[in-house]
Amino acid sequence: MKKNVRIVINGAEHRAEVEPRLLLVHFLREVAGLTGTHIGCETSLCGACTVLLDGMAVKSCTVLAVQADGRSITTIEGLAASENLHPIQEAFWEEHGLQCGYCTPGMILCAHDLLQQNASPSEQEIRDGIGGNLCRCTGYQHIVNAVKAASRKMNQRQRAAARAAD
Amino acid sequence: MAEYKWPAPAERTLIGKRISRVDGAVKVSGHAKYSYDYNPKGLLFGKVLRCPHAHARVTSIDTSAAEKMAGIKAVQIVQKPGTEVLWQGDDIVAVAAVDEPTAEDAIRAIQVKYEVLPHNVSDAEPPAGAGEGPAGPMTEDDLENALGNQVPDAQVISDLQKRGVTFQVTDDMTKELKGYGVSDAVINALKAAAYHPEAASQPRSPYQKMAAQTQGDPDKGFASAEVTSEGVYGAPVITHCCLETHGSAAEWPSSDHLLVHCSTQGVSGLPDQYAQALKIPAGNVRAHQDHIGGGFGSKFSPDRWGIATAQLSKSAGGKPVKYMLERDSELMTAGARPSAYARVKVAAKGDGTLVAWQSDSWGTGGPAGAGSPPLPYVFEIPNQRKQHTAVRTNQGPARAWRAPNHPQAAVITMCALDDLAHKLNMDPVEFFAKNLDMTGPRAPIYKEELPLAAELMGWKQKWHPRGDKSEGPIKRGVGLSMHTWGGRGHASNCLLSIHPDGSVDIKMGSQDLGTGTRTAILIVAADSLGIPMNAITLNIGDTMYPPDGGSGGSTTIGGVSSSTRRAALMALDQLFAKVAPALKAQPADLEARDGTVRVKSEPSRSLSWKQACAKLGAMPLSVTGKNPGPGNLINSGVGGVGMADVSVDTETGIVKVNKMVAVQDCGLVINLKTAESQCYGALIMGISYALYEEKVLDPVTGRMLNPNMEFYRLAGLRDIPELMVHMMTDPLNENRGVIGLGEPPVISPGAAISNAVANAIGVRVPFLPLTPDRVLAALEQQQKAGA
Repeated sequence: MKKNVRIVINGAEHRAEVEPRLLLVHFLREVAGLTGTHIGCETSLCGACTVLLDGMAVKSCTVLAVQADGRSITTIEGLAASENLHPIQEAFWEEHGLQCGYCTPGMILCAHDLLQQNASPSEQEIRDGIGGNLCRCTGYQHIVNAVKAASRKMNQRQRAAARAAD
Repeated sequence: MAEYKWPAPAERTLIGKRISRVDGAVKVSGHAKYSYDYNPKGLLFGKVLRCPHAHARVTSIDTSAAEKMAGIKAVQIVQKPGTEVLWQGDDIVAVAAVDEPTAEDAIRAIQVKYEVLPHNVSDAEPPAGAGEGPAGPMTEDDLENALGNQVPDAQVISDLQKRGVTFQVTDDMTKELKGYGVSDAVINALKAAAYHPEAASQPRSPYQKMAAQTQGDPDKGFASAEVTSEGVYGAPVITHCCLETHGSAAEWPSSDHLLVHCSTQGVSGLPDQYAQALKIPAGNVRAHQDHIGGGFGSKFSPDRWGIATAQLSKSAGGKPVKYMLERDSELMTAGARPSAYARVKVAAKGDGTLVAWQSDSWGTGGPAGAGSPPLPYVFEIPNQRKQHTAVRTNQGPARAWRAPNHPQAAVITMCALDDLAHKLNMDPVEFFAKNLDMTGPRAPIYKEELPLAAELMGWKQKWHPRGDKSEGPIKRGVGLSMHTWGGRGHASNCLLSIHPDGSVDIKMGSQDLGTGTRTAILIVAADSLGIPMNAITLNIGDTMYPPDGGSGGSTTIGGVSSSTRRAALMALDQLFAKVAPALKAQPADLEARDGTVRVKSEPSRSLSWKQACAKLGAMPLSVTGKNPGPGNLINSGVGGVGMADVSVDTETGIVKVNKMVAVQDCGLVINLKTAESQCYGALIMGISYALYEEKVLDPVTGRMLNPNMEFYRLAGLRDIPELMVHMMTDPLNENRGVIGLGEPPVISPGAAISNAVANAIGVRVPFLPLTPDRVLAALEQQQKAGA
């Protein structure tokens, strides 16, 4: 019994008739054609498929497409508002927070959730905050550095924006 | 003629600097395409029915119900009735369907019957008396296993000569083998092999004892020693657990042309492998890969599932079919690092000078057994006796795992040496330093590295004799290990073109495993041509480009950097010849720097790069730089030192790493940023296999008990300690040329952590991973021995 869903992804509405067993990650990759959300472990352990569901980081391999009906998703392709990269994306590039890059979209979106809740996390808070995302290449140190750098960038830009508004 | 060498330090504009990777933007924005992401219109989804038994014979397959299901486009029998299956999870039937759930439904509708055969998944020590004498004659299965599991030709030939065969070698058989690409040397050895029909019916021992190797006079060595230490050490079978699983998408643009998008470490090597299996010319196979989500040695072949994917596509009228392994299949079948264990006796004089080594080692690489790790590792101890027994099991076939056999050799050797240092009442740093002259040509490197590592670790402040005597359940300790690796460079072809409009492009069949190969190629090209990296278009990852070696053995950086350097210098030679008249100079007097072509002695006499290229006329200039080639640009042989600082909770058995140090040489560094990153990544991978990773098989059912990432645990963000990486970048090292780095730094962490744990708790935990149960068991034994 197929179900109709309406999911807003990166600001664009996607309507489709899906099987209730279809996972959100498959909806994103195969129905919406957004392959930046990767499949790693299939069992919500590695975090490669992390996306933002109404702004909150979720592992899209443990969400059904039908559960996302009527809700809003941000994938890695939609994180940056414009052609430019989001400060977290810039920081991952500059700090070399990636090698093969397969875990990177999930890492970045999980870091986004963390920085929304805690704009200036300590090193330990970063490790705890994105500890559910696994990486096999980098040794994590540069990922932690990237999140620190992203936090600095975002705080600076916020201060600059606040000054401009005054 | 250009002189093929690296630019002098003062002339380098990019080489050796910290450069951000060129593919960073596509990777952080989700636009990088992995094989898993290939999603063309009309894509069909593959699934594979896998054997649930560790050892069985397929007796019947009924696919009729699956074939009738709506949405099923192709069904392919991978291993037909009568086939003997040697590990759980091996491919039996593949299907392609309009979507993944339908393919799964079809798999469930297929009926396969098996005759279950006895299995062995235990790589425990050979029982006394087992494996005596040489292994029996080779059966057809033995030969098939050896040929199908990338056993080197030399070993197959030697086995055929020594062991003979249990079957009659027919012309049809040799013709078929030749068709599969088996070399003439192997076929000749097979024809000449002694025929032992009587052996076919005899039961065979799973233990294959290799010939003993003796060097010097071990008995005399041990007799002369003042201190002898004995122990047992080892590391189990682990998997690669790449985040992007193995797999591919295949399609047939015409009836005899195949296009594959395959997750691979060797793009140029794929066509031949597909061609042999599918009986089409290799030139009709095109392979493409933009990005790969990890390989670590496990992704060189299309594998059975990849060939089946191509066959499914063919049956489905050439439509694209994608099949990527599920995580459980990946862990069960797509990569197993051989285990290695050893009983070691090692002895020294009272002053710590090593005099004798004896080891009885064993390990499994699955159905084909496994070769011996290089023992004793790094130290060429004068008197040695060593014997290795390969254990044939139904573990799944072995694959190369980052620095094949070296992490195991390090665990066996460095832990034995650390135990000996303890018996000698010596600080291990002093003990290792005392014996560095036994490390051969790399001794000068280790002599620089060892004190440096000790300083970075704060060894003098942290080290104490074995057993932390401080109060409380948490004990702290430090440990060290040393390692070595080859490197050099694989065959490489760099097709570099300079166009009259000033644009430059490079085409290479190489691949970037995430190590930063694209960035390295562009650094070398841009530094050589004196133009910015973003002025060069780089195309890699396709068989349409000149062939390049597979990325294994830390050979990629040597291969691509030297072929690119040669191409750039050859191109400049030709460009200078065209430009020289305009500058009223001789070609040999010109240089390309800062976006200009100019006279070396008078830099103001110059043309911009664009003006200079306009002198080419109507045709672009195109050259192919090769490796191997003229000039000494690359080298082989690195040495490294690893140290660990750990805390052990003696109540729970939990080990926590506080700090890791890696001091590593790799000759001339092309990109310091990505080079350091290799070491950071290797350290955490080392922590992972030292503390958590093990392919656990149930001896009763023969099945893997942890084929998921919950129980096949990888180190996570909370497990990272303070990491210190130091690259040896002095002129002495740089003058050696470029040497590969991917593998070496992953070798030492396991042994260093094991030694640190022994230093903390005062007793050796013999086997990796150092899980709480193993730590507690060692502590309990220590307590019993004390009481």
